[in-house]
Amino acid sequence: MRRFALIIVPYLWLVALFLVPFIIVLKISLSDYAVSIPPYTPLLDFSAGWEGLKRFFSQLDFDNFLFLTTDDLYWKAYLSSLKIAVVATFLTLLVGFPIAYGMAKAEESWRPMLLMLVILPFWTSFLIRVYSWMGILSQDGYLNQLLLAVGLISEPLRILNTNTAVYIGIVYTYLPFMVLPIYATLEKLDGSLLEAAEDLGCSRTSAFWLVTIPLSIPGIVAGCFLVFIPTIGEFVIPSLLGGSETLMIGKVLWDEFFSNRDWPLASAVAVILLLILVIPIVLFQRNEQKQREAEG
Amino acid sequence: MSAQTVFAPWTDPNEKPLIRFQGVTKRFGDFTAVDSIDLDIYAREFFALLGPSGCGKTTLMRMLAGFETPTEGTIWLDGQDVAPIPPNKRSTNMMFQSYALFPHLSVRENIAFGLKREGKSKDEIHARVEEMLRLVQLQKFAARKPHQISGGQRQRVALARSLAKAPKLLLLDEPLGALDKKLREETQFELMDIQEKTGTTFVIVTHDQEEAMTVASRVAVMDAGQLKQVATPPQIYENPNSVYVADFIGEVTILEGTARKDGEVYALDWAEGQPPILIRSALDLPDGSRGYVAVRPEKVEIHHEKPEDDNVLRGKIIDIGYLGNLSTYHVELANGQIIRAQNFNTERSTRQTFTWEDEVWVNFTTACGVLLES
Repeated sequence: MRRFALIIVPYLWLVALFLVPFIIVLKISLSDYAVSIPPYTPLLDFSAGWEGLKRFFSQLDFDNFLFLTTDDLYWKAYLSSLKIAVVATFLTLLVGFPIAYGMAKAEESWRPMLLMLVILPFWTSFLIRVYSWMGILSQDGYLNQLLLAVGLISEPLRILNTNTAVYIGIVYTYLPFMVLPIYATLEKLDGSLLEAAEDLGCSRTSAFWLVTIPLSIPGIVAGCFLVFIPTIGEFVIPSLLGGSETLMIGKVLWDEFFSNRDWPLASAVAVILLLILVIPIVLFQRNEQKQREAEG
Repeated sequence: MSAQTVFAPWTDPNEKPLIRFQGVTKRFGDFTAVDSIDLDIYAREFFALLGPSGCGKTTLMRMLAGFETPTEGTIWLDGQDVAPIPPNKRSTNMMFQSYALFPHLSVRENIAFGLKREGKSKDEIHARVEEMLRLVQLQKFAARKPHQISGGQRQRVALARSLAKAPKLLLLDEPLGALDKKLREETQFELMDIQEKTGTTFVIVTHDQEEAMTVASRVAVMDAGQLKQVATPPQIYENPNSVYVADFIGEVTILEGTARKDGEVYALDWAEGQPPILIRSALDLPDGSRGYVAVRPEKVEIHHEKPEDDNVLRGKIIDIGYLGNLSTYHVELANGQIIRAQNFNTERSTRQTFTWEDEVWVNFTTACGVLLES
C-alpha cells in the first residue's frame, strides 16, 4: 500500500500536467472554428444530459487535420523545422563537445567553476539574452562594427533576420544542454583506458576516436536529444532573430493561435508536432535506459 | 641424473640485461618518487617490485611503459635508450591495476585491439586471439562484454590482451589486487605458468610480499624511492640486508643491542642481567657498535624445560595466535620485549601444550638469526 502511494504521486502529476492538457488540446483540435468565446464549437454541456453528450461527440471531426494536408505551408513548416533542428543540433554538438572535453580535461579544482560558467547564462532571462543577440547581429551591431574595424569586411553583413541568426541563437541558448551530459560521461571516463589504448599501439588521436568517442556516445546522444526536442517547436528565437525565410512550426502555431484566432487549427498543428516529437522522446528514453543497464 | 641448470642470469657477468636503469630519478615537483636507481632486469625473469604504497614502484614501472619520463638517468631496453620512444611504439605492454578493459568492446575485441593497430591480416589476428583465449581459458566468454564477466575473468582478459602482441616485456601493475585471497593464490600459479609458457619477461608491481615471494625470480624491495635490496625470494627472506627489509618481509622479531666480537660469533648485549645473544655473521662490526638481531618466528623454539643450547631466553606467553597448521606465541622477555615463536601443530589434538601466562624458555641457534647494522 505504501509502495502504491509512492508510485501514484508521479503518475498523478503526469495525469494532471500532461494528460489532461493534452486531452483538452486534442478535443479543441477536433472542434470547429466559431466566432464566439471560446472561439470553437461544440462546447461540452452537461446540463443537456445524455443527448447533449451524444450531440457533442457527433460534432467532433478531423477536418482540421485534413486541412493541414491541403495547404503546403504546414508540411513545409514541419520539414523546415526539422531541418533547422537537425542542423542546429549538429552545430551545437560541434561547439559543445570541445567545451565538455576541455572541462573534463581541466584540473579537478577548476571544474566546479567551469561548470558554473556553463550554467551562468541561465541567471539572466532567456528573452533578454535573445534580445541582446539582436544588438550584436544587426546591421550596425557590435559584430559588424568589430569586423569592419578589423578590416575583415568592407560592407556590413546581413546576419539578423536570416537563418544564420536563428542557428546562432539556438546554438547559444541550448549549448549548456549539450555540454552538461557530454561532460558527465567524459568526466567519468577512466584515464587508464586511454593509457591502455596507447600502450596497445594507438596514437593519441586514434585513442580519442577509438576510446573516448565511443564511450561518450551516451552523453552525445542525450545532449543531442535535449537540444533537438525543444528546438523543433522553438518559437522565440526564430521570431526574434529569424526573417521571412525562416519557416518554423512554432511560429506557424503562434500565428494560427493569436493572429488568426483559429484555436482548433492551432491545436491540430500542436497535436501533430507532439506526435513527431514522441519518436525522439521514446528513443531518448531508451538511450537513457540502455546506459543505466550498461552501468548497472 | 644431471643437475638442472638453475635460472640465474644475474649471476653471470657475461649476460646482457634486457632492462637497465642507470641513475634513474623521477621528481614530481618537490617530491622525489624515484631516487637515482640502478637496476638490471634480465630476459625471461619474473621480477617483482615490492614496497609500501608511495614507495615509487608504480612510477618505476610507468617509466618503463613510457607514461612517465625520468627526470634524470637513462632506461635501456634491449640495448636501446627508451627515452625518445612513445608508449605506443614500445615493445612493452602493461596490464593495468584496474584492468582498463574497454567497456564498449567484447572480450574478443579487447584482445584483438592491439593486434589491429599493428595492421595484421584478419586471419592472423583471428588466430592470435584464439590462441590467447585458449591460454587464459576464456573461449566460452569471447563474445561477452567486460561487465558481463566476473572479476577473475576480467583479470584474465586483461592478461590476454597485454600478451597478445607478444611483448618483449610485460608490466603488471598490482595484477591480482582486486581478487579475493583464494582466487589470488590460484592465479599466482597460473601467472607463473603463463610466464614460463610464453617466455616473456614479466615485471610485476605489488605491495603484497607473499605474492612477490611466490611468483618472482627476484624481488626488489623499495622504500621512499630507493631500492633497499634486490635478491631472490629466499635471500630476501633469510638474509635481509637491513632492518627495513627484515621487517617488511614476513614476520620477524628484532632485538637491539651492543655488538662485540666473541671468537667466531658476535655477542649482542640486548638486556641488562641477561646472557648475550650469540650470532654468526659475515658482517664486520667494530666492538661496541649498535647491532640488531632479526629472527623469524619459525626458527624460535619454545620449551617448558630449559634446553641445553645457545640463546636460551626466559619469558612468559602473553598471546597465542592459533592458525590451525601452526600457532604463534608472543613471549614477553625480561626487558619487556616480545619475541615471536612458532610451533607446527603436528599432533592432532585440541588441547594446547602451551597456554597463556606460561613461563617458558625460547631459543634459537646462532645461525638462525641475522645480525644487521643500524
